[in-house]
Amino acid sequence: MKLSGAKIIIETLIEQGCDTVFGYPGGAVLDIYNELYLNADRINHVISAHEQGAAHAADGYARATGKVGVVLATSGPGATNLVTGIATAHLDSVPMVAITGNVGVSMLGRDSFQEVDIMGITLPITKHNYIVKDINRLADTIREAFKIAKSGRPGPVLIDIPKNIQTELAEFTPHTAPEAPYATLIAANDELSMAVKMINEAEKPFIYMGGGIYSTGAGKEIRALSEKIDAPIASSMMGLSAIPYDTPRFLGMQGMHGDYAASKAMNDADLIIAAGVRFSDRATGNKDKFSPGAKIIHIDTDTAELSKNIEAHLGIVGDIKDALARITAAVEPKEHAAWNAACAQLKKYAESAYKNYGDISPYEIIKAVNRRWPADAVIATDVGQHQMWVAQTYKFSTPRTFLTSGGLGTMGYGMGAAIGGALGTGKKTVLFTGDGSFGMNLNELATAVSQNLPLTIIVLNNGVLGMVRQWQTLFYDKHYSSTTLGRATDFVKLAEAFGAKGYRAATIDEFNTILDTVCKDDGVNLIDCLIDQDEMVLPMMPPGGTVDQIIVTRKEISE
Amino acid sequence: MSTEIKEMLIAIRVQDQFGVLSRVASLVSRRGFNIDTLTVSATETPGISRMTLSLKGDEYTRKQLIKQLSKLHEVLEINQIDDNNSVTRDLLLIKIHTTSENRQDAMDAVNVFRGSIVDFARDSLVIQLAGDVGKINAFVELMKPFGIMEMCRTGLISLDRGNTCLKDSNMNYINRMDQQF
Repeated sequence: MKLSGAKIIIETLIEQGCDTVFGYPGGAVLDIYNELYLNADRINHVISAHEQGAAHAADGYARATGKVGVVLATSGPGATNLVTGIATAHLDSVPMVAITGNVGVSMLGRDSFQEVDIMGITLPITKHNYIVKDINRLADTIREAFKIAKSGRPGPVLIDIPKNIQTELAEFTPHTAPEAPYATLIAANDELSMAVKMINEAEKPFIYMGGGIYSTGAGKEIRALSEKIDAPIASSMMGLSAIPYDTPRFLGMQGMHGDYAASKAMNDADLIIAAGVRFSDRATGNKDKFSPGAKIIHIDTDTAELSKNIEAHLGIVGDIKDALARITAAVEPKEHAAWNAACAQLKKYAESAYKNYGDISPYEIIKAVNRRWPADAVIATDVGQHQMWVAQTYKFSTPRTFLTSGGLGTMGYGMGAAIGGALGTGKKTVLFTGDGSFGMNLNELATAVSQNLPLTIIVLNNGVLGMVRQWQTLFYDKHYSSTTLGRATDFVKLAEAFGAKGYRAATIDEFNTILDTVCKDDGVNLIDCLIDQDEMVLPMMPPGGTVDQIIVTRKEISE
Repeated sequence: MSTEIKEMLIAIRVQDQFGVLSRVASLVSRRGFNIDTLTVSATETPGISRMTLSLKGDEYTRKQLIKQLSKLHEVLEINQIDDNNSVTRDLLLIKIHTTSENRQDAMDAVNVFRGSIVDFARDSLVIQLAGDVGKINAFVELMKPFGIMEMCRTGLISLDRGNTCLKDSNMNYINRMDQQF
């Protein structure tokens, strides 16, 4: 059966299990869009307001569902607009296939209209990428892209498809099933025996989990290990929602803005069992002084992560879920009463230390949403103070419900991600954002309304770029350079202009009243929450600092 | 981990696909590794190229470079060349000034180093010399008094001695690089 390249693209996408494509049409992908039109009953296309939003939506879709997210854009500016979205997915190991059109093969390299070397541009921010110059390679290239995107440590793969490849004809043989991922390496027995020995000998074992637990769904294995060896657990931000917040011995997020108890206990441990983490500088602070008394067992599916940032005493490469289960089966059951009591004491101290500030505290706002929204609601954030407040405060109880840009820290990520998460899961979705981040991609309100998504947007509006302002307060003598926005944007009217409902709250009582209405609504709602510009994210470990330098309360900040 | 800076040679076999050279070069540069030489060549198998990278670095650099390169989709095999059990060659082409007075001195040096003269002009010579880095460096040093007009080197290529072949290397060792027991 001879098919056009465009038709082959659609058939292969469907064959690989893709049900939704996020994208934006343009000259170099007209043939693909024609096929999307003809196959609208088999594959859904969601048009965004801007290609960046589509890329973040594919990312949010992938994080929330565990499937490969697919984004489609035209050549030139369409392709370059994907770049931030692809880099975001790359840094957070999100499976994504990005398809771009390009000018015809004979026009390549001549600076043709809307020509850009997107393969060259995305080389360092993709797991792999392709330009297809032979239509006979098209179907297998797309299949391989899906396979690479979801294998091992997941990541984005880009396929650049010149226009003539979309129109040429080639023989197409459908496959009956999506490509299976490459076989994951299984951890070696002697390594696991060594881990078991180290765990058996530990007095203060500590489990540190990250995005690898989120993406492999190994929360159950983490909990079983913690249960058997009586070890406290902390999560990096990327691991949040992989285990329920009320898991016994779970101390919360660790790191720069992590829970004081989690960071301190990790520092005091004599053995850290790190699984699916990469010891980012935001998680460790000063690497040379990181948990000085601890031996480190590092388990990851990506060998290059072992000893990349923090030297491991034992590095184990392999399937994380399998490695954790085999370790748990082999270790001796333990009780570490004194160690856990010390951790509980730290937790108690941390909880009592922080005092809220302002009439409408962001913490109270997040808790109020948390109380009213279902346990499986998808929670997306942008980047900045609000993101940290959500990471610290929201009690996640369902895996894959937290969508946030950790590695790249992409302001403007949230709107797209929330749209992708809501579309992928069909669940009620909340976006927590700040007035700064929201300003970056608020145009995607149009997409959310057009898709009639059950999305509530909480803008924690302090009129400043709060996180940068916080650093300026603490480290730059309060020189508020370009962080006081002085804008007059009316977010309520803005929401209404886009066809959503808009509300404003200046006190927590007003907020709660609005929330009572909004939580029953299944459309797009925006609540503009006026919070104090001097709210801070605490605790805070100064960049490159140590646990001893964590600022826990405002009192510790000299005015 | 040892922080001693050592010279190392890394050999990789890659699928000869569009962009593979820039993929390797991009990885090396964005991870901050400073390579001294990089050669790319055909192999005994059509569709597969061999790259040889020489660089200086510590133990961390060595492990990270090998592990990161091994993640590239096109990289089939990768290994560090064992200095004691391999042959390594660099090829030099060098053009020097000569006069009728000093030409014989230059030709004597070429003979001693077992190089060859590939272009002979009235007041210049182009000399070709193959060997390991030390030999080539020594020869270049020797040519300086004549006046080096221009020179180029191919960079290092290397093969294991005996029956050992890169294509037979067990990639699994990469996953065992962090065992410290």
